[in-house]
Amino acid sequence: MAQENKGFSHQTIEQNTLLLIVLTLITVSIGGLVQIVPLFTIETTIEKVEGIRPHSPLELAGFNIYVREGCYNCHSQMIRPFRDEAERYGHYSLAAESMHDRPFQWSSKRTGPDLARVGGKYSNDWHIAHLVDPRAVVPESIMPGYAWMKDRPLKYDDIGEHLKTLKALGDPYTPEMIANAKKDLEAQVKPDGDTAGLLQRYPKAVVASYTGNSYVSEMDALVAYMQKLGTLVDFTKYTPKQLQQ
Amino acid sequence: MASNIEKDALSGVETTGHEWDGLKELNNPLPKWWLYIFYVCIAWSLVYYVFYPSWPTGTSYTKGILNWSMREEIVEKLAEAKASQAKYVDRIAKLSVDEIQQDKDLLNFAMAGGRTMFNENCAGCHGAGGQGAKGFPTLADDVWLWGGKTAEIYQTISGGVRQSTVAETRGTPGVMGMTAFGRDGILTKDQIDQVTDYVLALNGKPADAAKAAAGKTVFEENCTACHGPNAEGSVAAGLDGIGAPPLKTANWLYGGDKATLMATVINGRAGEMPAWSTRLPDTTIKQLAIYVHNLGGGK
Repeated sequence: MAQENKGFSHQTIEQNTLLLIVLTLITVSIGGLVQIVPLFTIETTIEKVEGIRPHSPLELAGFNIYVREGCYNCHSQMIRPFRDEAERYGHYSLAAESMHDRPFQWSSKRTGPDLARVGGKYSNDWHIAHLVDPRAVVPESIMPGYAWMKDRPLKYDDIGEHLKTLKALGDPYTPEMIANAKKDLEAQVKPDGDTAGLLQRYPKAVVASYTGNSYVSEMDALVAYMQKLGTLVDFTKYTPKQLQQ
Repeated sequence: MASNIEKDALSGVETTGHEWDGLKELNNPLPKWWLYIFYVCIAWSLVYYVFYPSWPTGTSYTKGILNWSMREEIVEKLAEAKASQAKYVDRIAKLSVDEIQQDKDLLNFAMAGGRTMFNENCAGCHGAGGQGAKGFPTLADDVWLWGGKTAEIYQTISGGVRQSTVAETRGTPGVMGMTAFGRDGILTKDQIDQVTDYVLALNGKPADAAKAAAGKTVFEENCTACHGPNAEGSVAAGLDGIGAPPLKTANWLYGGDKATLMATVINGRAGEMPAWSTRLPDTTIKQLAIYVHNLGGGK
């Protein structure tokens, strides 16, 4: 056990804070890199399915509200590949379905039900009634009410900037989408207006008057976002084999 | 420093030889149970690498000799579940909802399955026992907007209500619900005041007699086409594709007080329901129709 205090020894590392920090960082990053890097190189990480598109401007505003209110604390958006979950919620979630969520909303806890495929499951009126007062429609619910959202105007002057930022991060927003962001956002709450451009840029976006307010409310955005959840991929087009990773 | 290993006089344990400002460190070994579990974990991970997907290899990964995949497993499990129910489900697929109700075995199966699917998919709006909520019809009473026979319930669930993208949906195409008589300027404020008083009087509630008398004309000219000549609702009046509730009733869909009636006439109403044929298999919709029919109000 006779060990002299020279060179690269246990003692040298323990007595030199900077060296200790550097070596710790190197060790920890190896652990991280081994787990993370392969996800970028393995070809099947994100399934190649048709129909996935970035959020429409109104859906994006709704997504931001969803994150702001911390909906993910009680609701997951991740149907795991188990029989019970598939029978209750529908087809298991694909990685591709949340590739444009920044950050993703998989969550890890279900106080309320999973929302990955809630789009189209309830009417717009139901969503509004339920968000205003959950117990008005589901007496046993313990969800808080969000009545104020109905009368709170959505702040969306900067929605084009949001799209630009996401584009910089890699979302496929085109210059046309960015230029029309504000127009598209307003078009999505006017079913009687001209929605051709919106629907061509964002297929399957749910156009409705939602709250029916004369302005766009936060409730409109949130419901528009939820009505789209899990509806983009047509699973009848794929065999289970094609979706295996 | 490492050469300064000595026996600690108090505990009898050797020190590591490290010393900082007079503080020395005892060289206690890791607990044996902990250490062995750690070794077993390492050994287990080696076994795991052989059998299950584990190591990345650039654009792919090692699949393991079991070639196991969770997404493959769920396909098998769902197929298994389907096979175990095939005895009933295959017959449900072939029979009409009325025929299923004649068969005791199938009826039991449909009721059990129907209840589960109702609680998951329908109870959010219609309540756990079909008790309904404001704007969402009660299914446990005998007031039906689109008909209360099993086949009619089946069609309503399957095609939904006022779904513009679904061909067999309930409602008249292009007519998205009740007219907004106030907002669209069809009736004046006074007329709306009168007609709502008439509806109140019709239900034996306190109302201004003069206004109600004037409201009768307004009612006959504007409301009877959908709600029926005697305010009995479109189904009882034999009017197809309208879904107008009775207005002489104790079971109000939106509310029968003056304020709610005013709001209804001014802004109109247009309840919607998803077309479940786009989400659920036809055999499930048949089970739901039978379950709903048996909630208490089926015709």
